[in-house]
Amino acid sequence: MILQMNNIKKSFGDLTVLQDISMQVNEGEVISIIGPSGSGKSTFLRCATFLETIDSGEINYMGTKAAWTGADGKAEYLHKNELRKVKSWYGLVFQQFNLFPHYTVLKNLMDAPIHIQKREKKEVEEEARALLKRMGLEDKADAYPCQLSGGQQQRVAIARALAMNPEVLFFDEPTSALDPELTGEVLKVIKALAEDKMTMVIVTHEMSFARAVSDRVIFMDGGVIVEQGDPEKVFGNPSEERTKQFLRNYNR
Amino acid sequence: MTFQQMCTQLLEGLEMTLIIFFLVVIFSLPLGLIVCFGRRSKFKPLSWIVRVFIDILRGTPLMLQLLVVMYGPYFLFGMRLNPTWRFTALIIGFVINYSAYFAEIYRAGIDSIPIGQYEAAEVLGYTNRQTFMKIILPQMVKRVIPPTTNEIITLVKDTSMAFVLATTPPEMFTLAKQITAAGRMGHGAKSMLPLFIAGVFYFVLNAIVSWTMGKLEKKLAYYQ
Repeated sequence: MILQMNNIKKSFGDLTVLQDISMQVNEGEVISIIGPSGSGKSTFLRCATFLETIDSGEINYMGTKAAWTGADGKAEYLHKNELRKVKSWYGLVFQQFNLFPHYTVLKNLMDAPIHIQKREKKEVEEEARALLKRMGLEDKADAYPCQLSGGQQQRVAIARALAMNPEVLFFDEPTSALDPELTGEVLKVIKALAEDKMTMVIVTHEMSFARAVSDRVIFMDGGVIVEQGDPEKVFGNPSEERTKQFLRNYNR
Repeated sequence: MTFQQMCTQLLEGLEMTLIIFFLVVIFSLPLGLIVCFGRRSKFKPLSWIVRVFIDILRGTPLMLQLLVVMYGPYFLFGMRLNPTWRFTALIIGFVINYSAYFAEIYRAGIDSIPIGQYEAAEVLGYTNRQTFMKIILPQMVKRVIPPTTNEIITLVKDTSMAFVLATTPPEMFTLAKQITAAGRMGHGAKSMLPLFIAGVFYFVLNAIVSWTMGKLEKKLAYYQ
Protein backbone atom coordinates (compact mmCIF):
# COMPACT_ATOMS: atom_id res chain seq x y z
CA MET A 1 0.00 0.00 0.00
CA ILE A 2 1.32 3.40 -0.98
CA LEU A 3 -1.01 5.84 0.73
CA GLN A 4 -3.59 5.47 3.43
CA MET A 5 -5.63 8.49 4.57
CA ASN A 6 -8.04 8.01 7.45
CA ASN A 7 -10.82 10.27 8.77
CA ILE A 8 -9.43 13.44 7.24
CA LYS A 9 -11.16 16.60 8.42
CA LYS A 10 -10.43 20.08 7.15
CA SER A 11 -12.17 23.44 7.59
CA PHE A 12 -11.39 26.93 6.38
CA GLY A 13 -12.82 29.09 9.16
CA ASP A 14 -16.49 28.17 9.47
CA LEU A 15 -16.52 26.34 6.16
CA THR A 16 -16.05 22.59 6.49
CA VAL A 17 -14.40 21.38 3.29
CA LEU A 18 -13.61 17.78 4.18
CA GLN A 19 -15.73 15.89 6.68
CA ASP A 20 -14.24 12.59 7.61
CA ILE A 21 -12.73 11.30 4.37
CA SER A 22 -10.75 8.08 4.08
CA MET A 23 -8.96 6.70 1.07
CA GLN A 24 -6.39 4.08 0.23
CA VAL A 25 -4.07 4.00 -2.78
CA ASN A 26 -2.49 0.70 -3.77
CA GLU A 27 0.53 0.15 -5.95
CA GLY A 28 -0.18 0.38 -9.67
CA GLU A 29 -3.66 1.72 -9.11
CA VAL A 30 -5.15 4.60 -11.09
CA ILE A 31 -7.80 6.51 -9.15
CA SER A 32 -9.90 9.35 -10.53
CA ILE A 33 -11.65 11.78 -8.22
CA ILE A 34 -14.62 13.52 -9.77
CA GLY A 35 -17.22 15.88 -8.39
CA PRO A 36 -18.64 19.37 -8.71
CA SER A 37 -16.62 22.51 -8.00
CA GLY A 38 -16.31 23.10 -4.27
CA SER A 39 -16.81 19.43 -3.45
CA GLY A 40 -13.43 19.36 -1.69
CA LYS A 41 -11.57 17.16 -4.18
CA SER A 42 -8.75 19.63 -4.80
CA THR A 43 -8.43 20.33 -1.07
CA PHE A 44 -8.23 16.61 -0.47
CA LEU A 45 -5.33 16.36 -2.93
CA ARG A 46 -3.62 19.36 -1.35
CA CYS A 47 -3.94 17.69 2.07
CA ALA A 48 -2.43 14.49 0.68
CA THR A 49 0.54 16.49 -0.66
CA PHE A 50 0.94 18.59 2.53
CA LEU A 51 0.17 21.87 0.77
CA GLU A 52 -2.69 22.18 3.27
CA THR A 53 -2.54 20.98 6.85
CA ILE A 54 -5.38 18.75 8.01
CA ASP A 55 -7.36 19.55 11.15
CA SER A 56 -7.48 15.91 12.21
CA GLY A 57 -7.05 12.44 10.75
CA GLU A 58 -4.16 10.24 9.70
CA ILE A 59 -1.89 10.24 6.66
CA ASN A 60 0.29 7.23 6.05
CA TYR A 61 2.81 6.95 3.20
CA MET A 62 4.58 3.64 2.50
CA GLY A 63 3.93 2.53 6.05
CA THR A 64 5.34 5.74 7.53
CA LYS A 65 2.95 7.74 9.65
CA ALA A 66 3.30 11.32 8.40
CA ALA A 67 0.34 12.92 10.18
CA TRP A 68 -1.94 11.80 12.97
CA THR A 69 -4.42 13.14 15.46
CA GLY A 70 -2.73 14.07 18.70
CA ALA A 71 -4.05 13.73 22.23
CA ASP A 72 -5.66 17.18 22.02
CA GLY A 73 -7.66 16.15 18.94
CA LYS A 74 -5.54 18.26 16.60
CA ALA A 75 -3.40 16.97 13.77
CA GLU A 76 0.32 16.53 14.34
CA TYR A 77 2.92 16.16 11.62
CA LEU A 78 6.31 14.54 11.40
CA HIS A 79 9.27 16.85 11.90
CA LYS A 80 10.22 18.90 8.81
CA ASN A 81 13.33 16.83 8.08
CA GLU A 82 11.55 13.49 8.25
CA LEU A 83 8.62 14.89 6.29
CA ARG A 84 11.02 15.77 3.49
CA LYS A 85 11.70 12.08 3.01
CA VAL A 86 7.97 11.36 2.82
CA LYS A 87 7.62 14.13 0.26
CA SER A 88 10.08 12.38 -2.03
CA TRP A 89 7.58 9.54 -2.45
CA TYR A 90 5.00 11.53 -4.36
CA GLY A 91 4.81 14.08 -7.15
CA LEU A 92 2.13 16.62 -7.98
CA VAL A 93 1.08 18.04 -11.33
CA PHE A 94 -0.71 21.38 -11.02
CA GLN A 95 -3.55 22.85 -13.00
CA GLN A 96 -1.38 25.90 -13.80
CA PHE A 97 1.78 23.81 -14.54
CA ASN A 98 3.95 26.00 -12.26
CA LEU A 99 7.13 25.38 -14.21
CA PHE A 100 10.13 27.51 -13.24
CA PRO A 101 10.16 30.15 -16.00
CA HIS A 102 13.83 31.11 -15.61
CA TYR A 103 15.03 27.52 -16.12
CA THR A 104 15.19 25.67 -19.41
CA VAL A 105 12.98 22.62 -19.83
CA LEU A 106 15.94 20.33 -19.08
CA LYS A 107 16.91 22.29 -15.97
CA ASN A 108 13.31 22.19 -14.74
CA LEU A 109 13.62 18.40 -14.80
CA MET A 110 17.17 18.14 -13.47
CA ASP A 111 17.50 20.73 -10.73
CA ALA A 112 15.56 18.97 -7.96
CA PRO A 113 16.99 15.46 -8.58
CA ILE A 114 20.53 16.91 -8.48
CA HIS A 115 20.18 19.39 -5.62
CA ILE A 116 17.46 17.80 -3.50
CA GLN A 117 18.03 14.09 -4.08
CA LYS A 118 21.79 14.63 -4.55
CA ARG A 119 21.95 12.28 -7.50
CA GLU A 120 24.69 12.07 -10.12
CA LYS A 121 24.32 14.77 -12.77
CA LYS A 122 25.11 12.50 -15.69
CA GLU A 123 22.61 9.86 -14.67
CA VAL A 124 19.92 12.50 -14.01
CA GLU A 125 20.46 14.07 -17.42
CA GLU A 126 20.15 10.73 -19.20
CA GLU A 127 16.95 10.02 -17.35
CA ALA A 128 15.59 13.53 -17.97
CA ARG A 129 16.22 13.29 -21.70
CA ALA A 130 14.56 9.87 -21.80
CA LEU A 131 11.54 11.34 -19.99
CA LEU A 132 11.31 14.20 -22.46
CA LYS A 133 11.40 11.70 -25.29
CA ARG A 134 8.60 9.77 -23.67
CA MET A 135 6.61 13.01 -23.52
CA GLY A 136 7.36 13.71 -27.19
CA LEU A 137 9.43 16.76 -26.26
CA GLU A 138 13.00 15.63 -26.95
CA ASP A 139 13.58 18.69 -29.17
CA LYS A 140 12.46 21.12 -26.44
CA ALA A 141 15.20 20.39 -23.87
CA ASP A 142 16.82 23.82 -24.27
CA ALA A 143 13.61 25.82 -24.66
CA TYR A 144 12.18 28.02 -21.91
CA PRO A 145 8.63 27.35 -20.66
CA CYS A 146 7.33 30.61 -22.18
CA GLN A 147 8.25 29.28 -25.62
CA LEU A 148 5.97 26.25 -25.23
CA SER A 149 2.24 25.75 -25.67
CA GLY A 150 0.11 24.99 -22.61
CA GLY A 151 -0.06 21.32 -23.51
CA GLN A 152 3.71 21.13 -23.89
CA GLN A 153 4.23 22.94 -20.58
CA GLN A 154 1.97 20.49 -18.81
CA ARG A 155 3.85 17.55 -20.31
CA VAL A 156 7.10 19.10 -19.06
CA ALA A 157 5.49 19.44 -15.62
CA ILE A 158 4.59 15.74 -15.70
CA ALA A 159 8.16 14.90 -16.70
CA ARG A 160 9.51 17.12 -13.91
CA ALA A 161 7.42 15.21 -11.36
CA LEU A 162 8.48 11.85 -12.82
CA ALA A 163 12.17 12.83 -12.74
CA MET A 164 11.98 12.50 -8.94
CA ASN A 165 10.98 8.83 -9.34
CA PRO A 166 7.91 9.13 -7.12
CA GLU A 167 5.87 6.15 -5.91
CA VAL A 168 2.63 7.95 -6.68
CA LEU A 169 1.76 10.88 -8.91
CA PHE A 170 -1.10 13.28 -8.12
CA PHE A 171 -2.82 15.39 -10.75
CA ASP A 172 -4.87 18.44 -9.79
CA GLU A 173 -7.16 19.08 -12.76
CA PRO A 174 -4.25 18.75 -15.19
CA THR A 175 -6.21 19.82 -18.28
CA SER A 176 -8.50 22.51 -16.86
CA ALA A 177 -6.26 25.35 -18.04
CA LEU A 178 -5.98 23.91 -21.57
CA ASP A 179 -8.20 24.27 -24.61
CA PRO A 180 -9.78 21.04 -25.94
CA GLU A 181 -7.18 20.59 -28.64
CA LEU A 182 -4.29 20.62 -26.16
CA THR A 183 -6.19 18.57 -23.58
CA GLY A 184 -5.90 15.49 -25.79
CA GLU A 185 -2.11 15.45 -25.88
CA VAL A 186 -1.87 15.65 -22.09
CA LEU A 187 -4.48 12.95 -21.51
CA LYS A 188 -2.63 10.70 -23.97
CA VAL A 189 0.53 10.99 -21.89
CA ILE A 190 -1.32 10.19 -18.65
CA LYS A 191 -2.96 7.23 -20.33
CA ALA A 192 0.44 5.92 -21.41
CA LEU A 193 1.63 6.21 -17.81
CA ALA A 194 -1.41 4.23 -16.66
CA GLU A 195 -0.52 1.49 -19.13
CA ASP A 196 2.97 1.42 -17.61
CA LYS A 197 1.35 0.81 -14.22
CA MET A 198 2.27 4.15 -12.71
CA THR A 199 0.30 4.73 -9.50
CA MET A 200 -1.81 7.85 -10.00
CA VAL A 201 -4.54 9.87 -8.33
CA ILE A 202 -6.24 12.22 -10.76
CA VAL A 203 -8.68 15.00 -9.89
CA THR A 204 -10.44 15.71 -13.16
CA HIS A 205 -13.52 16.99 -14.96
CA GLU A 206 -12.78 14.79 -18.01
CA MET A 207 -15.40 12.11 -17.47
CA SER A 208 -14.81 9.89 -20.48
CA PHE A 209 -11.08 9.99 -19.75
CA ALA A 210 -11.67 9.04 -16.11
CA ARG A 211 -13.89 6.18 -17.22
CA ALA A 212 -11.36 4.86 -19.69
CA VAL A 213 -8.19 5.16 -17.64
CA SER A 214 -9.14 4.47 -14.00
CA ASP A 215 -9.19 1.34 -11.92
CA ARG A 216 -11.38 3.12 -9.42
CA VAL A 217 -13.51 6.26 -9.49
CA ILE A 218 -14.35 8.35 -6.44
CA PHE A 219 -17.27 10.75 -6.60
CA MET A 220 -17.06 13.53 -4.01
CA ASP A 221 -19.62 16.11 -3.05
CA GLY A 222 -20.00 18.40 -0.05
CA GLY A 223 -16.75 17.23 1.51
CA VAL A 224 -17.64 13.54 1.60
CA ILE A 225 -17.12 10.55 -0.68
CA VAL A 226 -20.61 9.90 -2.02
CA GLU A 227 -19.77 6.86 -4.07
CA GLN A 228 -16.73 4.95 -5.30
CA GLY A 229 -15.91 1.84 -7.23
CA ASP A 230 -15.29 0.38 -10.64
CA PRO A 231 -15.59 3.10 -13.31
CA GLU A 232 -18.11 1.11 -15.35
CA LYS A 233 -20.26 0.79 -12.26
CA VAL A 234 -19.99 4.44 -11.14
CA PHE A 235 -20.48 5.90 -14.61
CA GLY A 236 -22.76 3.20 -16.08
CA ASN A 237 -24.96 2.38 -13.16
CA PRO A 238 -24.42 4.67 -10.16
CA SER A 239 -26.28 3.70 -7.03
CA GLU A 240 -26.52 7.15 -5.42
CA GLU A 241 -29.07 9.70 -6.61
CA ARG A 242 -26.51 12.57 -6.24
CA THR A 243 -24.10 10.75 -8.56
CA LYS A 244 -26.78 10.22 -11.19
CA GLN A 245 -27.75 13.87 -11.02
CA PHE A 246 -24.11 15.01 -11.40
CA LEU A 247 -23.43 12.71 -14.35
CA ARG A 248 -26.67 13.68 -16.07
CA ASN A 249 -25.47 17.27 -16.16
CA TYR A 250 -22.27 16.12 -17.80
CA ASN A 251 -23.90 13.99 -20.45
CA ARG A 252 -26.12 16.78 -21.66
CA MET B 1 38.21 81.73 -15.30
CA THR B 2 38.34 79.99 -18.65
CA PHE B 3 35.83 77.44 -19.83
CA GLN B 4 38.48 74.77 -19.62
CA GLN B 5 39.41 75.61 -16.03
CA MET B 6 35.74 75.49 -15.14
CA CYS B 7 35.31 72.05 -16.67
CA THR B 8 38.44 70.73 -14.97
CA GLN B 9 37.20 71.90 -11.56
CA LEU B 10 33.74 70.42 -12.13
CA LEU B 11 35.25 67.11 -13.25
CA GLU B 12 37.13 66.94 -9.97
CA GLY B 13 33.78 67.42 -8.25
CA LEU B 14 32.29 64.75 -10.48
CA GLU B 15 34.80 62.29 -9.09
CA MET B 16 33.46 62.95 -5.60
CA THR B 17 29.89 62.69 -6.86
CA LEU B 18 30.70 59.27 -8.33
CA ILE B 19 32.34 58.10 -5.10
CA ILE B 20 29.23 59.04 -3.13
CA PHE B 21 27.00 57.42 -5.76
CA PHE B 22 28.84 54.11 -5.88
CA LEU B 23 29.22 53.82 -2.11
CA VAL B 24 25.50 54.36 -1.62
CA VAL B 25 24.56 51.89 -4.38
CA ILE B 26 26.94 49.21 -3.12
CA PHE B 27 25.63 49.38 0.46
CA SER B 28 21.96 50.19 -0.01
CA LEU B 29 21.08 47.56 -2.65
CA PRO B 30 21.91 44.60 -0.37
CA LEU B 31 20.82 46.38 2.82
CA GLY B 32 17.43 46.88 1.15
CA LEU B 33 17.06 43.11 0.89
CA ILE B 34 17.72 42.69 4.62
CA VAL B 35 15.23 45.46 5.43
CA CYS B 36 12.77 43.73 3.11
CA PHE B 37 13.19 40.46 5.04
CA GLY B 38 12.45 42.35 8.24
CA ARG B 39 9.37 43.92 6.72
CA ARG B 40 8.11 40.50 5.52
CA SER B 41 9.02 38.72 8.75
CA LYS B 42 6.32 36.53 10.31
CA PHE B 43 7.55 37.82 13.69
CA LYS B 44 5.03 40.67 13.96
CA PRO B 45 6.93 43.08 16.27
CA LEU B 46 9.92 43.07 13.89
CA SER B 47 7.82 43.59 10.79
CA TRP B 48 5.93 46.38 12.55
CA ILE B 49 9.08 48.22 13.68
CA VAL B 50 10.61 47.96 10.21
CA ARG B 51 7.40 49.26 8.73
CA VAL B 52 7.41 52.32 11.00
CA PHE B 53 11.04 53.03 10.08
CA ILE B 54 10.31 52.74 6.39
CA ASP B 55 7.36 55.11 6.75
CA ILE B 56 9.52 57.67 8.57
CA LEU B 57 12.33 57.41 6.02
CA ARG B 58 9.94 57.83 3.14
CA GLY B 59 7.79 60.45 4.83
CA THR B 60 10.44 62.99 5.85
CA PRO B 61 12.87 64.99 3.67
CA LEU B 62 16.14 63.28 2.87
CA MET B 63 17.91 66.57 3.59
CA LEU B 64 16.48 66.56 7.13
CA GLN B 65 17.60 62.95 7.62
CA LEU B 66 21.12 63.82 6.51
CA LEU B 67 21.26 66.62 9.07
CA VAL B 68 19.94 64.32 11.81
CA VAL B 69 22.63 61.74 11.09
CA MET B 70 25.22 64.49 10.92
CA TYR B 71 24.35 66.28 14.20
CA GLY B 72 22.57 63.46 16.05
CA PRO B 73 25.67 61.98 17.70
CA TYR B 74 26.56 65.40 19.13
CA PHE B 75 23.13 66.53 20.30
CA LEU B 76 21.88 63.13 21.45
CA PHE B 77 25.05 61.61 22.88
CA GLY B 78 27.34 64.59 23.31
CA MET B 79 29.96 62.96 21.10
CA ARG B 80 32.76 65.09 19.71
CA LEU B 81 32.74 64.82 15.96
CA ASN B 82 35.94 64.85 13.94
CA PRO B 83 36.02 66.40 10.46
CA THR B 84 35.79 63.07 8.61
CA TRP B 85 32.44 62.41 10.24
CA ARG B 86 30.66 64.66 7.71
CA PHE B 87 31.38 62.33 4.86
CA THR B 88 30.57 59.19 6.87
CA ALA B 89 27.30 60.76 8.02
CA LEU B 90 26.44 61.62 4.43
CA ILE B 91 26.93 58.02 3.27
CA ILE B 92 25.09 56.55 6.27
CA GLY B 93 22.15 58.93 5.76
CA PHE B 94 21.90 58.13 2.07
CA VAL B 95 22.27 54.37 2.55
CA ILE B 96 19.57 54.20 5.23
CA ASN B 97 17.16 56.27 3.17
CA TYR B 98 17.71 54.41 -0.09
CA SER B 99 17.59 50.97 1.52
CA ALA B 100 14.07 51.81 2.72
CA TYR B 101 12.97 52.54 -0.83
CA PHE B 102 14.75 49.48 -2.24
CA ALA B 103 13.17 47.30 0.48
CA GLU B 104 9.70 48.31 -0.66
CA ILE B 105 10.60 47.70 -4.30
CA TYR B 106 11.93 44.22 -3.44
CA ARG B 107 8.84 43.48 -1.36
CA ALA B 108 6.57 44.30 -4.28
CA GLY B 109 8.78 42.12 -6.49
CA ILE B 110 8.67 39.13 -4.15
CA ASP B 111 4.92 39.44 -3.61
CA SER B 112 4.33 39.46 -7.35
CA ILE B 113 5.75 35.94 -7.77
CA PRO B 114 2.80 33.53 -8.12
CA ILE B 115 2.14 31.27 -5.13
CA GLY B 116 2.35 28.30 -7.51
CA GLN B 117 6.13 28.77 -7.70
CA TYR B 118 6.42 28.22 -3.94
CA GLU B 119 4.08 25.24 -4.06
CA ALA B 120 5.92 23.60 -6.95
CA ALA B 121 9.21 24.05 -5.11
CA GLU B 122 7.76 22.71 -1.88
CA VAL B 123 6.38 19.57 -3.50
CA LEU B 124 9.77 18.95 -5.15
CA GLY B 125 11.37 19.09 -1.70
CA TYR B 126 13.23 22.41 -1.86
CA THR B 127 13.94 23.94 1.55
CA ASN B 128 12.68 27.48 2.18
CA ARG B 129 16.18 28.79 1.67
CA GLN B 130 16.66 26.92 -1.62
CA THR B 131 13.25 28.07 -2.81
CA PHE B 132 14.16 31.69 -2.16
CA MET B 133 17.68 31.59 -3.58
CA LYS B 134 16.99 29.45 -6.66
CA ILE B 135 13.38 30.12 -7.58
CA ILE B 136 12.12 33.39 -6.10
CA LEU B 137 15.17 35.71 -6.00
CA PRO B 138 16.15 35.37 -9.69
CA GLN B 139 12.60 36.09 -10.82
CA MET B 140 12.32 38.95 -8.34
CA VAL B 141 15.51 40.59 -9.64
CA LYS B 142 14.11 40.61 -13.16
CA ARG B 143 10.87 42.20 -12.03
CA VAL B 144 12.44 44.96 -9.91
CA ILE B 145 14.88 46.28 -12.49
CA PRO B 146 12.61 49.05 -13.88
CA PRO B 147 11.64 50.57 -10.49
CA THR B 148 15.20 50.12 -9.20
CA THR B 149 16.50 52.03 -12.23
CA ASN B 150 14.18 54.88 -11.26
CA GLU B 151 15.63 55.02 -7.77
CA ILE B 152 19.21 54.89 -9.00
CA ILE B 153 18.56 57.79 -11.36
CA THR B 154 17.10 59.77 -8.48
CA LEU B 155 20.19 58.93 -6.43
CA VAL B 156 22.50 60.41 -9.07
CA LYS B 157 20.69 63.72 -8.69
CA ASP B 158 20.32 63.43 -4.90
CA THR B 159 24.10 63.30 -4.44
CA SER B 160 23.86 67.10 -4.81
CA MET B 161 22.42 67.14 -1.28
CA ALA B 162 25.95 66.64 0.02
CA PHE B 163 25.89 70.41 -0.33
CA VAL B 164 24.01 70.81 2.97
CA LEU B 165 26.62 68.84 4.92
CA ALA B 166 29.46 70.70 3.22
CA THR B 167 31.54 67.57 2.87
CA THR B 168 35.12 67.92 1.76
CA PRO B 169 36.37 67.62 -0.87
CA PRO B 170 33.21 69.12 -2.40
CA GLU B 171 31.19 67.19 -4.97
CA MET B 172 30.15 68.63 -8.31
CA PHE B 173 27.02 70.50 -7.30
CA THR B 174 28.74 72.31 -4.41
CA LEU B 175 31.53 73.37 -6.77
CA ALA B 176 29.16 74.58 -9.47
CA LYS B 177 27.38 76.72 -6.91
CA GLN B 178 30.69 78.08 -5.55
CA ILE B 179 32.05 79.01 -8.98
CA THR B 180 28.77 80.67 -9.97
CA ALA B 181 28.58 82.65 -6.72
CA ALA B 182 32.19 83.77 -7.10
CA GLY B 183 31.36 85.01 -10.60
CA ARG B 184 28.54 87.14 -9.25
CA MET B 185 30.93 88.71 -6.74
CA GLY B 186 33.09 89.84 -9.62
CA HIS B 187 35.64 87.04 -9.73
CA GLY B 188 35.81 84.55 -12.55
CA ALA B 189 33.07 83.52 -14.89
CA LYS B 190 30.14 85.92 -14.43
CA SER B 191 27.59 83.52 -15.83
CA MET B 192 25.41 80.53 -15.05
CA LEU B 193 27.64 78.39 -17.22
CA PRO B 194 29.01 76.27 -14.30
CA LEU B 195 25.49 75.26 -13.27
CA PHE B 196 24.66 74.45 -16.86
CA ILE B 197 27.75 72.30 -17.30
CA ALA B 198 27.00 70.46 -14.03
CA GLY B 199 23.49 69.83 -15.34
CA VAL B 200 24.92 68.31 -18.52
CA PHE B 201 27.20 66.05 -16.45
CA TYR B 202 24.28 64.82 -14.34
CA PHE B 203 22.30 64.20 -17.49
CA VAL B 204 25.09 62.21 -19.13
CA LEU B 205 25.61 60.20 -15.94
CA ASN B 206 21.95 59.24 -15.91
CA ALA B 207 22.02 58.40 -19.59
CA ILE B 208 24.76 55.90 -18.75
CA VAL B 209 22.73 54.53 -15.82
CA SER B 210 19.61 54.00 -17.90
CA TRP B 211 21.59 52.51 -20.78
CA THR B 212 23.31 50.04 -18.45
CA MET B 213 20.09 49.04 -16.73
CA GLY B 214 18.40 48.70 -20.11
CA LYS B 215 21.16 46.28 -21.12
CA LEU B 216 20.61 44.27 -17.96
CA GLU B 217 16.87 44.20 -18.58
CA LYS B 218 17.44 42.90 -22.11
CA LYS B 219 19.82 40.27 -20.80
CA LEU B 220 17.09 38.90 -18.55
CA ALA B 221 14.41 39.05 -21.24
CA TYR B 222 15.10 35.47 -22.32
CA TYR B 223 12.16 34.31 -20.22
CA GLN B 224 8.82 35.70 -19.15
